[in-house]
Amino acid sequence: MKKPPKHAPARIDTTEQLRSFQRMMMTAVVRPLDAGDNLNSKWVDGRSMAKVASEFIKPNDRLSSFERLELYNQMYWYRIYEAMRDDCPGLQAAMGEKAFSKLSKAYLTQRPSRSFTLRDLCSRLVKFLADNPRLTAPRTKLAIEIARFEWAQTVAFDGEALPVVTGESLARTPPNKLKLGLQPYITLLSLRHPVDTYVMSVKRREVMRSEASNTPDSKVVAKKRTRRPALPKPAPTFVAVHRLNNRLFYKRLDPAAFKILEALSSGVVLSRAIEAGGPAVKPAKVRDWFTSWMALGWFCEAGNKSARQAS
Amino acid sequence: MPANRFNGNCDYGIGIGLRVPHYAHILSKKPVVDWFEIISENFMVDGGRPLELLDQILEQYRVVQHGVSMYFGSADKPDRAHLTRLKALVKRTKTPWLSDHLCWGSVDGTYTHDLLPMPYTFGAAKRTAQKIKEVRDFLEVPICVENVSSYAEFHASEMTEWEFLSEVVELADCGILLDVNNIYVSSKNHAFNPYDYLNNIPHHRVGQMHVAGHTRFEKYILDTHDHPVLDPVWKMYAHATRQCGVSATLLEWDDKIPSFDEVHNEALKANEFIDGAKKAKK
Repeated sequence: MKKPPKHAPARIDTTEQLRSFQRMMMTAVVRPLDAGDNLNSKWVDGRSMAKVASEFIKPNDRLSSFERLELYNQMYWYRIYEAMRDDCPGLQAAMGEKAFSKLSKAYLTQRPSRSFTLRDLCSRLVKFLADNPRLTAPRTKLAIEIARFEWAQTVAFDGEALPVVTGESLARTPPNKLKLGLQPYITLLSLRHPVDTYVMSVKRREVMRSEASNTPDSKVVAKKRTRRPALPKPAPTFVAVHRLNNRLFYKRLDPAAFKILEALSSGVVLSRAIEAGGPAVKPAKVRDWFTSWMALGWFCEAGNKSARQAS
Repeated sequence: MPANRFNGNCDYGIGIGLRVPHYAHILSKKPVVDWFEIISENFMVDGGRPLELLDQILEQYRVVQHGVSMYFGSADKPDRAHLTRLKALVKRTKTPWLSDHLCWGSVDGTYTHDLLPMPYTFGAAKRTAQKIKEVRDFLEVPICVENVSSYAEFHASEMTEWEFLSEVVELADCGILLDVNNIYVSSKNHAFNPYDYLNNIPHHRVGQMHVAGHTRFEKYILDTHDHPVLDPVWKMYAHATRQCGVSATLLEWDDKIPSFDEVHNEALKANEFIDGAKKAKK
């Protein structure tokens, strides 16, 4: 976001004056809340926020200019915090409320939304976590894996589906010339932790907490049944996040199967992709995998790119 | 106006917003509803369940698109990629008209996801109207702009909100989505008479109306959409209906959403006021 003007324009006759006014207001609205969840008392240049607000916002008989601006500032942060919590329940559970709040504030401050839709709010989170390891230390690798998994769910939910390659068209091309693409909504993840089962247990816990809250002795039930899931212990995990009949699924993959799919999605021909699985993989096994993947509709023409890719 | 060029000459009645908690009920029970309003952005996706659901709804119901991110009042130019996505959705839904808000919420490509109030100046009105025309020309569908609820006023403003709304829609030659609840909320927050607002807009441009619930706090009112419609808003709706004619009307209920039947029954209360307006006309 560009720097705001020193003062809001007194008149708004031109588009540039309108832009200048909007930069001023935007800077105030997205400015991080203070420790008490109120509008910061200082403007970006150190001046009093109350004074700056009074330069362009009228007070009324009940609220000062500062308080009126504060309403928008608070609503902004409550809205985007909530959106991030909705998208990252696993990350929130793994980090704990306090650390997750600190991370959210840093991410949303440094990477404000650049999309018309809140759907894309966490599209830059994985890179941000990698660039700012202090925010998730000492569990940075786990945090990044959970963030990758949770973003993959967003992609699988509403990502593009391209026409599925048929068995007939496969049969027409020899394996040393055939290239296959993976559906844009599929994400292949090579992980050091089984974050798929972890995130699922976090979500199950949330459902149980929600159900328990409707029972008369909800506090007792909630306490007994909804203990926070233990963090996953390291274990190599290969998973495809995908959808079937428009429902989300997570499919665990054999390491060799993962390598084959990864090779295919990188654009190599089928015969080379199968070689990537390693010499120990038996042809019958490979045939079974392909039969399953074809049935799931995972393959499309190679070279197709999703219309909206995550950064 | 029941049907006019701003709502695609459609004589729609009372609708409700299509919301996630009601999907299962709507698809299984197929309740009789005159039309559904969808939030365009929820369906501007590449595939998956949202579009499957939308197609199932479109098989049974009439749908009108309502947007929350066009930001007609933003100084930024319309984003071509955004418009292209929106046009694809317009073709899919065959929405007879499309609405979005008279506000801004982004600048230099950064988004607040809020509906921020405009400075009410002639320069801003001109720029906003130009943008509405560009969007309408691209989408090839009539546009109605909705007045927003607001919590701040600006020193730079040169006119009242209703004068600004009138200026914009006249310059853009577009329709109005008259949100009666928003007028009420803003009237309390800014101490003006809401009937001055209703009496001084171009009534013939109203293509649709919104009603909703709000929440009163000690020093201000918030447009929360989490309650039934309150009596002062229904009274204003009756007044607006007498002045503008019976327009396509939609109840917004977006938080603490109760059962489908409760929301629909609340929306259908509008019929009492519509009947009253019709009798008064005779």
